[in-house]
Amino acid sequence: MRLNFTVNGRAETVDDVWEGESLLYVLRERAGLPGSKNACEQGECGSCTVYLDGVPVCACLVAAGQAEGREVRTVEGLADGDRLDPIQQAFVDAGAVQCGFCTPGLLVQAHDLIERVPRPSDPEIREALAGNLCRCTGYEKILDAVRLAAERKAGAR
Amino acid sequence: MAFLRPTTWPEALAAKAELPGAVPIQGGTDVMVEINFDVRRPEALLDLTRVAELARWSETGGRLRVGAGVPYSRVIGELGDRLPGLAQASRTVGSPQIRNRGTVGGNLGAASPAGDSHPPLLAGGAVIEVESAARGVRMIPAEEFYLGVKRSALEPDELIRAFHAEPATGPQYFSKVGTRNAMVIAVCSFALALHPAERRVGTGIGSAAPTPLRARAAEEFLAAELDWAAGLAPAGLAPGVLARFGELVSEAAAPIDDVRGTAGYRRHALAVMARRTLTWAWNDYRKAREQCA
Repeated sequence: MRLNFTVNGRAETVDDVWEGESLLYVLRERAGLPGSKNACEQGECGSCTVYLDGVPVCACLVAAGQAEGREVRTVEGLADGDRLDPIQQAFVDAGAVQCGFCTPGLLVQAHDLIERVPRPSDPEIREALAGNLCRCTGYEKILDAVRLAAERKAGAR
Repeated sequence: MAFLRPTTWPEALAAKAELPGAVPIQGGTDVMVEINFDVRRPEALLDLTRVAELARWSETGGRLRVGAGVPYSRVIGELGDRLPGLAQASRTVGSPQIRNRGTVGGNLGAASPAGDSHPPLLAGGAVIEVESAARGVRMIPAEEFYLGVKRSALEPDELIRAFHAEPATGPQYFSKVGTRNAMVIAVCSFALALHPAERRVGTGIGSAAPTPLRARAAEEFLAAELDWAAGLAPAGLAPGVLARFGELVSEAAAPIDDVRGTAGYRRHALAVMARRTLTWAWNDYRKAREQCA
């Protein structure tokens, strides 16, 4: 089937989509956007987190056809050209990246958190990131990065 | 595989009548896992996310009607005051991303004995509204909805439209045992609702029998033992009442040994959760009575 949707502000049409395919597969294999990662394919790891109509979801659990006419924003759509989003810059500055596989999902999920809750408490950060698994960092530097991004964003307001 | 996208409820019913093998998909948090892992290859997916009315809820004449497509995140945010037991259970579902997509309607459709919404639906006396093009609406009490492991009273040509429940008139609690605080399927779970107006107790047991179920003997015992009128007595519940309630809840279950836990552990944990939720609920009830007095 054919699928029409908007991804990172750009209208996209892809053909020959299998009806049981996930949005994640469409993004990675058909739309040239491999930023969202494919790990568990069952919503356990969060590494495929994208915005669907402004709400963070696991792209592996969205049937491709459900994205018809909808707006998707992936990790590739967070930066403004070469200028990283504050959450991305904070991950770099805090050293919150090791192997990097979980990073795209964590960036989208953390981006959503500080958009909704500008100064999140530690329990709020932990709760928001509870569905994003990282096997390298032990999470401490990820928490540092989210706090740093929130501070910078609040300071810039 | 076909991908069907009705935009109205009559269209959805017509599609299901024509192709009873079509699998309804809402948030996809169960259905897509099965497709991704090649466990299931349905002849069609019936996408219900375009039927806007399913994502709405309303309150009329003191009854709530919650569309089958309202995600857990909105149950928590919008219905937490009216359906506190269900909202607590919803908070334990998956992760924020899963709660943004998963729905009570989907939980009912899957009818897993471990589904988190079932115990509070049972305790709260919810009624499930299902419909087919051929036979119209059927209103099924939650207790009659679950028939077996992942089997429900839903006929092949029917779709789940909504559930109905009364807003809470007394304390409601949900408790769940799992290996961590997020992304966890229940080892076992328990929901309790006090209905002071009718001096009635509601219960729901999850993940400790082939279906979610009520602990009827425990409900009747407790309703008779509670001092509904007084509530004000300085002492809490008699230890004997707490212990007996826990035993009766535990006896109502029919658990098995599996990868998540043993039958013995589940029986033990159910008694603990029954005593805890009752303690929390009765403390709330007494506090509310004191404020009224």
